[in-house]
Amino acid sequence: MENLLVAENIYKRFGNFTALNNVSINIPRESIFGLLGPNGAGKTTLLRIINQITMPDEGRVYLDGKPLHPDDIAHIGYLPEERGLYKSMKVGEQALYLARLKGLSKTEAKERLKYWFRKLEIEGWWDKKIQELSKGMAQKVQFVITVLHRPKLLIFDEPFSGFDPVNANLIKDEILQLKEEGATILFSTHRMESVEELCDYIALIHKSNKLLDGKVSEIKKEYKSNTFEVGLDAVDEATLKQELKSRFQIGPARFKSIQDDLKLTIKLGEHESSNELIRFLLTRARINHFVEVIPSVNDIFIKTVTQNA
Amino acid sequence: MRNLRLIINREYLARIRNKTFIIMTFMSPLIFVGMILLIAYLSMLNSTEQKIIGIHDESGMFASEFKDGEQVQYLDYSGKSLQEAREEVLDNEYFGLIHIANVAPGENAKIEFFGKDTPGFGTIENIEKTISDKLTREQLIARGIDVSEIDKARADVSVDIQNFAGERSSKMSNYIKMFFGGAAGYLLMMFIIIYGNMVMRSVIEEKTNRIIEIIVSSVKPFQLLLGKVLGTSLAGITQFTIWVILGTVLLFSISSFLGIDPLAAQMPASNVVSEVAKPEINQLVIDILNLPYASLLGFFVIYFIGGYFLYSAIYAAIGAAVDSETDTQQFMFPIILPLILGIYVGFFSVVENPHGTVSTIFSIIPLTSPIVMLMRIPFGVPWWEIATSIIILIATNFGVLWLSAKIYRVGILMYGKKPTYKELYKWLKY
Repeated sequence: MENLLVAENIYKRFGNFTALNNVSINIPRESIFGLLGPNGAGKTTLLRIINQITMPDEGRVYLDGKPLHPDDIAHIGYLPEERGLYKSMKVGEQALYLARLKGLSKTEAKERLKYWFRKLEIEGWWDKKIQELSKGMAQKVQFVITVLHRPKLLIFDEPFSGFDPVNANLIKDEILQLKEEGATILFSTHRMESVEELCDYIALIHKSNKLLDGKVSEIKKEYKSNTFEVGLDAVDEATLKQELKSRFQIGPARFKSIQDDLKLTIKLGEHESSNELIRFLLTRARINHFVEVIPSVNDIFIKTVTQNA
Repeated sequence: MRNLRLIINREYLARIRNKTFIIMTFMSPLIFVGMILLIAYLSMLNSTEQKIIGIHDESGMFASEFKDGEQVQYLDYSGKSLQEAREEVLDNEYFGLIHIANVAPGENAKIEFFGKDTPGFGTIENIEKTISDKLTREQLIARGIDVSEIDKARADVSVDIQNFAGERSSKMSNYIKMFFGGAAGYLLMMFIIIYGNMVMRSVIEEKTNRIIEIIVSSVKPFQLLLGKVLGTSLAGITQFTIWVILGTVLLFSISSFLGIDPLAAQMPASNVVSEVAKPEINQLVIDILNLPYASLLGFFVIYFIGGYFLYSAIYAAIGAAVDSETDTQQFMFPIILPLILGIYVGFFSVVENPHGTVSTIFSIIPLTSPIVMLMRIPFGVPWWEIATSIIILIATNFGVLWLSAKIYRVGILMYGKKPTYKELYKWLKY
């Protein structure tokens, strides 16, 4: 699959501080790409470089295979982490202004704004000033402004921070729909639940370095440890446990079930398959629960970051 | 270009829709006109008020020399005793009493003034002059000199000033030139301070609102900076135009309605004029008409734009460097200093000697040149000096805009750092 955006060997220093150290990312077309990392890792700096707000010291960025050009801002929609609007300007007026700065004509901008305002049920705000709105309301307006010019690439810096759960869900749905419609989405976050739900690809940045990137499913495959979670109904639990212990690596497991089972995690050897485990268990107990343990992005995140600490 | 126009448009509307701006725009002419009318009214009151001064002249020589004027009336109390005269003046609440003691010829006169209040300089001077004139005359006569011959021999001298091209000018025209130059320089300084501050506040506003990152993801910071400066200056020009029109209309309609002559407020000027002989006034009118208005206006526009841009760029950079207006104090001094210096050099050095070394140097230095050169131009400045000054100003403008844009683009995304000059210098290198 062709990449929409490629950033190659990006370096950025501020005085003595290195914000990005040889970071490269590839964002496939029509995917959702999550940029993960603890606070201060360099995510925002990378997003600003892609938006041409700051220039990299070294390295290049390609959009659609061509080096990034100032005119490309028309193809990018950016929702910064630190977002705000003019306090004393009316909502409609400033949405119109910002949309026109992105290259839309006045009539077109107005039409699309009307559509989005209807969609997010904020039609009544057109003539209100931002200072009359709550923070969550203002964020909705900002979201609309970001997506209004239908850019190929949408960049959200911490899109869910500050939203209440209802609005966060609303925005999540909109992001998924934008992807359906053909947009490519890059977002940064340090909240892993949203990554799990949304991202096809991720890159992990820690202390200015990229530690990990790739397709989420592949990364998970790489990080899984051939471990299974089982719930067993056995006559003699102690003997079974003993038997399992001698053959596999076992540990306690915690999951919800209605049975009062023996709950275990069982780690198999590198070349053993789940079938062997099932065969082993079949003769000794009734299997109520059998699931492969797949590491969550959160686990991978913590594991990688602590390894490199 | 399209974006620049959009930014200018927004900045302009944001300025002129501001409530403070609207109030300032419409209140200022009212206040200004009100002040002028008040001054005119007060000076009219002052001039209609007549002082009554008693004279107790023991010598009998001087009482007749004091002539009643528009503002003073003299009453002769010489027939009464000094004590009686004093009591009478006090009872009638007259302004005061002059007591002239009897003097032998050749001696200096001994004169006393009794009054409720200390009399003004004008009054005292008038008394001294009257008596000294009379005494001098008497002494001349006593020495056998024919006073009428001296009067005949008195010659009036007035220097006729011409330049080498043969153009005449009057002494008065120097005042006129000073007035034009001074007004232009002062106007420029006010404009820079008021609207430079506006630019700065608007930068800070965008920074604290955190909208700045949304905007710079659509336009280049330099475009935003330029649009802000241009939009704000257009708002300023609008305000000035309204002030001038509204002020003039108000001044003349109200004054004709109330019957107060606003020109009467300019007392010193009209006094001077009355002292000048008729041909001199004609010359003055010619001088005023002969001032090179086209080039004056042209240079005013050039220096106005040059100076305003220079300072606005600095103001914008400061706005970008700080988080709030309270942090701007440490940077204000270097801005205000050259402006004040320019005004001082203008009002002291240029007036004294328009083409002296100090005036010339300060009219070349770009931070003061807009003000000082504007004040010098009415006196006639060699074209090459103007050209040098303008070229340096323009070059500096580009340099400062470039530096400001660098500070600006780093500063607008920098939060929570207390800026120091060292920090700003580092930003230049990012």
